[in-house]
Amino acid sequence: MDKLNLTKHISSQFNDEIEQVRNHIMAMGGLIEQQLSDALNAISTSNAELAQQVIANDLLVNDWEIKIDAECTRIIAKRQPAASDLRLILTIIRAISDLERIGDEAERIAKVALESFSSAQQDLLVNLENMGRHVAQMLHDVLDAFARMDVEAALAVYKEDKKVDREYEAITRQLMTYMMEDPRSIPKIMNVLWSARSLERIGDRCKNISEYVISFVKGRDVRHSDEDSLEQNVRS
Amino acid sequence: MTTQQILNSDNELVLANEKIKLEVNDLRLFYGESQALKSINMLIPEKRVTAFIGPSGCGKSTLLRCFNRMNDLVDICRIEGKILLDGQNIYDKAVDVAELRRQVGMVFQKPNPFPKTIYENVAYGLRLQGVNDRRVLDEVVESSLKGAALWNEVKDRLHDNAFGLSGGQQQRLVIARAIAIEPEVLLLDEPASALDPISTLKIEELINELKERYTIVIVTHNMQQAARVSDYTAFMYMGDLIEYDATNKMFTNPSQQQTEDYITGRFG
Repeated sequence: MDKLNLTKHISSQFNDEIEQVRNHIMAMGGLIEQQLSDALNAISTSNAELAQQVIANDLLVNDWEIKIDAECTRIIAKRQPAASDLRLILTIIRAISDLERIGDEAERIAKVALESFSSAQQDLLVNLENMGRHVAQMLHDVLDAFARMDVEAALAVYKEDKKVDREYEAITRQLMTYMMEDPRSIPKIMNVLWSARSLERIGDRCKNISEYVISFVKGRDVRHSDEDSLEQNVRS
Repeated sequence: MTTQQILNSDNELVLANEKIKLEVNDLRLFYGESQALKSINMLIPEKRVTAFIGPSGCGKSTLLRCFNRMNDLVDICRIEGKILLDGQNIYDKAVDVAELRRQVGMVFQKPNPFPKTIYENVAYGLRLQGVNDRRVLDEVVESSLKGAALWNEVKDRLHDNAFGLSGGQQQRLVIARAIAIEPEVLLLDEPASALDPISTLKIEELINELKERYTIVIVTHNMQQAARVSDYTAFMYMGDLIEYDATNKMFTNPSQQQTEDYITGRFG
């Protein structure tokens, strides 16, 4: 099936409305990618100004969610979309919710950058940076998969989440060791732990978005499937 | 064709657990040299609503009219293949066509009440069958008008002329007239096309009630209506049956690209 059979409605207005909402979600995705990248940068370079910018920009992320949601609502009311058009609108509505939450997590990470860390604690942040790069790549890849409605790319992102979970577990163990060694550092280290948790949550959200892409293209709701059934659905 | 042979793209039985009322076997219809229906195979389940959708000229009304042999009235029309009603071929020479048309009632796009009273419209079919007992007629007229959700609006003016009713009421009167003679199947050819939106919704509500007692086949060019009222939908194009599936599936994830294109307004 032509996944992105987008441009050929008899109603050119309907075409334009769908095109516009797609452009908007890609813009929202772009902003959130930037937010995450800036938040991670702010931590690694102790850049408080950048951190404040990320925090302020979260309002823009929220605005996008509301705007796109309203556009989808209008399309449903006016056009009564069916089949793939309907699935596309539902996919967008679900995805913007996950994207907005990713934005919230990026904001949380930025807040941690406002803390100051000792040079010993800076070492901890290195692991966070690695995990951050991994998750940022996942986000980039899932947005790419979304733009092209590419199920193979979406499946690849889905599979990455397991690795992110393992990284999170490893960081958690490490941070607990530090806390036990130096209880005075607990408050600061807890912040790093929350940042790692935020990254793990972003990984989960990217996994959700990959499920939406697969559900849209395949016309079957694959949420809450295990990896094997998901792969079967992709290949069928 | 048996029910076991109708699988959709998910390999699910489309008509699992349904009793079949009408079976269309390799039906071909010609107007002179021109072929209007091309080898149609279809099963219509009992006491469900089956909708035929498709662009103008696809053959949906032509197919509908085959179910009560209305096409017999067209001189140049020739039919090959079979239509089985409860297992009996309705095109068999031994079939009493008048009786067939009692069993398989039809409602048209433009309401066509007789130029008689409301009461006489509904009683007409019974009188034709020789029923003249006043009590029986009263009972059937009342139950038919109730069945068509019209009784409360007309019970105090049964002897008024039917033309005094609104379009929506006339259409419900026509439905009452059809059900008075206890059909098994109701064929509805764009029954709400000529009606205002509120009357349309009332007719749709009525269809939902009627399917408890009758097998319903509806032709409609209003896709949202097909999605709302029907259990199963058949999409036709240029005399071919392109896709047949449960309505929920057809309108969320059709198997054929052509169906997808029609339903989403990319052609048609």
